[in-house]
Amino acid sequence: MATAYTPGLKVSPFTTIRKTRRLPLKGQVLVNVGESVSPETVVARAELPGLMQTVRVPEQLGVEPADVPKHLKVSVGDSVEVGTVLAETRSFFNLLRNECRSPIAGTVEMISPVSGHVGIRYKPTPVDVKAYVQGRVVEVIADEGVVVETSGAFIQGIFGVGGERLGEIRVLAESPGQITDVDYIHDDLVGKVVVAGANITGAAIRRAAEIGVSGIVVGGIIDRDLAQYVGYDIGVAITGHEEVNTTLIITEGFGVLRMADRTFGLLKTLEGRLASINGATQIRAGVIRPEIIVPLEDGRLETGGSSSEQMLEIGSKIRIIREPYFGMLGSVKALPPELVEIESGAKVRTLVAQIESGEEVIVPRANVEIIEE
Amino acid sequence: MAEVNAILATDCGSTTTKAILIEKQSNEYRLIVRGEAPTTVESPFDDVTVGVLNAVREVEELSGRKILSGGGIKVPSENGHGVDLYLSTSSAGGGLQMMVAGVVKTMSAESAQRAALGAGAIIIDVIAVDDGRKDYEKVERIRHLRPDMILMSGGTDGGTIKHLVDIAELLVSADPRPRLGMGVKLPVIYAGNCEAVEAVRATLQDRVDLKVVPNLRPTLDRENLLPAREAIHELFLQHVMQQAPGYSKLMTWTSTGVMSTPNAVGKIIQTIAEREQINVLAVDIGGATTDVFSVFGGVFTRTVSANLGMSYSICNVLAEAGVENIRRWIPYACDEGYLRNELRNKMIRPTTIPQLLRDLYIEQAVAREALRLAFEHHKSLARELKGVQQVRLIGDALSQEATGKTLVKLMDLDMIVGSGGVLSHAPRREQAALMMLDAYQPEGITMLAVDSIFMMPQLGILSTVMPEAAAQVFERDCLIKLGTVIAPTGTAKEGQTACVLDIQGKALEIPYGTIRVLPLDVGERVHVTITPARGLDVGAGKSRPLSAEVEGGVVGLIVDARGRPLCLPAQDDIRIAKILQWMEAFGLKVE
Repeated sequence: MATAYTPGLKVSPFTTIRKTRRLPLKGQVLVNVGESVSPETVVARAELPGLMQTVRVPEQLGVEPADVPKHLKVSVGDSVEVGTVLAETRSFFNLLRNECRSPIAGTVEMISPVSGHVGIRYKPTPVDVKAYVQGRVVEVIADEGVVVETSGAFIQGIFGVGGERLGEIRVLAESPGQITDVDYIHDDLVGKVVVAGANITGAAIRRAAEIGVSGIVVGGIIDRDLAQYVGYDIGVAITGHEEVNTTLIITEGFGVLRMADRTFGLLKTLEGRLASINGATQIRAGVIRPEIIVPLEDGRLETGGSSSEQMLEIGSKIRIIREPYFGMLGSVKALPPELVEIESGAKVRTLVAQIESGEEVIVPRANVEIIEE
Repeated sequence: MAEVNAILATDCGSTTTKAILIEKQSNEYRLIVRGEAPTTVESPFDDVTVGVLNAVREVEELSGRKILSGGGIKVPSENGHGVDLYLSTSSAGGGLQMMVAGVVKTMSAESAQRAALGAGAIIIDVIAVDDGRKDYEKVERIRHLRPDMILMSGGTDGGTIKHLVDIAELLVSADPRPRLGMGVKLPVIYAGNCEAVEAVRATLQDRVDLKVVPNLRPTLDRENLLPAREAIHELFLQHVMQQAPGYSKLMTWTSTGVMSTPNAVGKIIQTIAEREQINVLAVDIGGATTDVFSVFGGVFTRTVSANLGMSYSICNVLAEAGVENIRRWIPYACDEGYLRNELRNKMIRPTTIPQLLRDLYIEQAVAREALRLAFEHHKSLARELKGVQQVRLIGDALSQEATGKTLVKLMDLDMIVGSGGVLSHAPRREQAALMMLDAYQPEGITMLAVDSIFMMPQLGILSTVMPEAAAQVFERDCLIKLGTVIAPTGTAKEGQTACVLDIQGKALEIPYGTIRVLPLDVGERVHVTITPARGLDVGAGKSRPLSAEVEGGVVGLIVDARGRPLCLPAQDDIRIAKILQWMEAFGLKVE
């Protein structure tokens, strides 16, 4: 296949970004097309029906399910509070009463003719969807949500944990190859999105989370540090819902990996700007990568197509994404059409790349990504 | 059916759509070419047929046969243009994700699992009245998971009604929504006590799209899975496929609707087992999931381990197996930190391939563990019915065997078929053979084979309309026999003779703890008498000789005298030396 290579991740200083903000179930859209929104603006709201609690009336009253209706004090649709009598039995000339009371506040939804159980549904919980980025509403999806458009810098990471957060960008690393340790994490970073270099230590991540840093953007992370941070070994790469204080976005991979110059350079120019970030990653069909969005008032709009549309050709700038040349940059010198046997013994489609040292190396086409220019 | 000379079959996978062209050549159906293209169920295409057309275009280019016409597939053919039959399978969009519910976890809920798995579903949770969770936990789980459909079972006919109403109440409480399609009612298949139908219907009312089928466990000692399986397949086509992008168009092109990929693979495995009268174990190890199929004594079982795979799910294999279990198969000293980062990097860039031999061996080590774990899971479900009263004779009273014994008896297994990239595309077939030996530890006499280019799904759906054609292509073009393996069970002392092979009058001693690979080519057969050492067994009983005719393959005749269960030395250097010795038997190198 001509497209048998990994498309690169988007790193753009100025582009148009559209974010679909959708409710998990049908509800009400609160904004109109053309309206300006800030990240905290609630754009849509829905009411998530509460769970239903089953009250086992026959068991509590000691009666047969079939006899429950004659003891009931409530009907389907009634609102009840905690302690409302749902059913009662009287005996011994009405002197002895046995009651079954509601354990929750809600609405009686079901009275089962078979089991005699009474189902009370909790009050609905409101679910709000915020704009997440500063921008303008360009589309309303009836009853479901909106599309917000903004212009600005857009950077995709390769993997992340933690959900949507906001924060001002603060670059901690002096160079993209630097390792950031705990000494760099000070109290003035509360609420900030910090940029580390090739790696951030486990202690530094923990300290950042303790003081309330919004997010960390870093080239690489050691697998064990990540497991310690989230509290378990992540099995399947579907993330974003971890209960962590600080969203973490890695741009290159696992290990100590120098952040790409282009990414690091762009983040430096954005120092002090407000960023919307999200660590959510899904590496499956419907791939989702973590992102950093910084709305900007003006800039030179990129006109090039997205990386996924670019073709691999002689002269393409590439990054090698697997050993033995992992992380190296280069350009394509040749694209031999025939299958070539590589060291593993597999016969695959390869390319010849000239890497930074000037050396020409053979790598499988599947192991490179195109760098957008 | 009119004469069928050309057949096109596609399989729309999560990432790749594969098309094969089969033609009739001198009274025999043969594979002509195979084409592939990326699957297009995601934006910007949002239409599965785009990927199908691209894959078919590659088939056209490679075969020279014109198949497409007017933006679709030309069926039937005219003057060599088009094909006579077009079939398709699909696992795109995450496959069919189901939740099953039953009254007793080890009885009706387990039968429901077997029904759903056999129909090609991925089971995302099993809810049972006695599963130990509180009601609110189950309710939250149902709501959170958003399955494509739910299969509800429980109670023998005439048995409990109350527990089924309890399950229905759980569903009402959760008010679940299907994964695909906003505002669509969740399909629920009811296959429980026939006398509880009305009570369940009254409880569920019109909250779900309820379909009632006969009880899948009408009595304790009988399973009736077919009606539930058919209902799942029908709802898969009507509901799940209709919501997936482009499928309604694809279904108008095909001659028989669209079948879920694992369902189709199950069909071909059953066809082969029945035709050859053999017990078969087949595995398809993919990037995200591993499917295991078996037919023992005519009983078909399929399981899917949804999160055991070689790319997307590679770190889940790490989490489930543990780093030490993976490391034990690596034939060199490998630092744990390096191994962990390597697997994580594969997870985030799943399409990359190992360039170095040492990295290939890491992936093959992971494959052994993924295969082993998926097989364990399979054995736990492929078993006799639990809760069945057994008539015991006095002699049986001494053997206190529980009901629900596994059906998977390795000594009775005739063939193992491996499929999926790591096995089908291993640089050396010997590597695939060794991976399967380590993961499955076959016993007695077993044929090892791999699917050459992973076309079992297409042949599976073909087997439903033209079983002979499917069997011909399977035998000639799909199956690559690696060779017969002879493996004595039991343990002995390292170095002592494990067994003696008498091959055409020539005796060959095989020491315990070793592997020997003897030359025996594809199609060649030889008569062999195997005499196991004291305490070891090759199928005729401990220490008893066994005579059989064995068939060769691209690897040869393999004698695995490492004993069963296979134990690896705990000490790193001794273990590595041992693995190197076994690799050497296959002519495999490390550096």
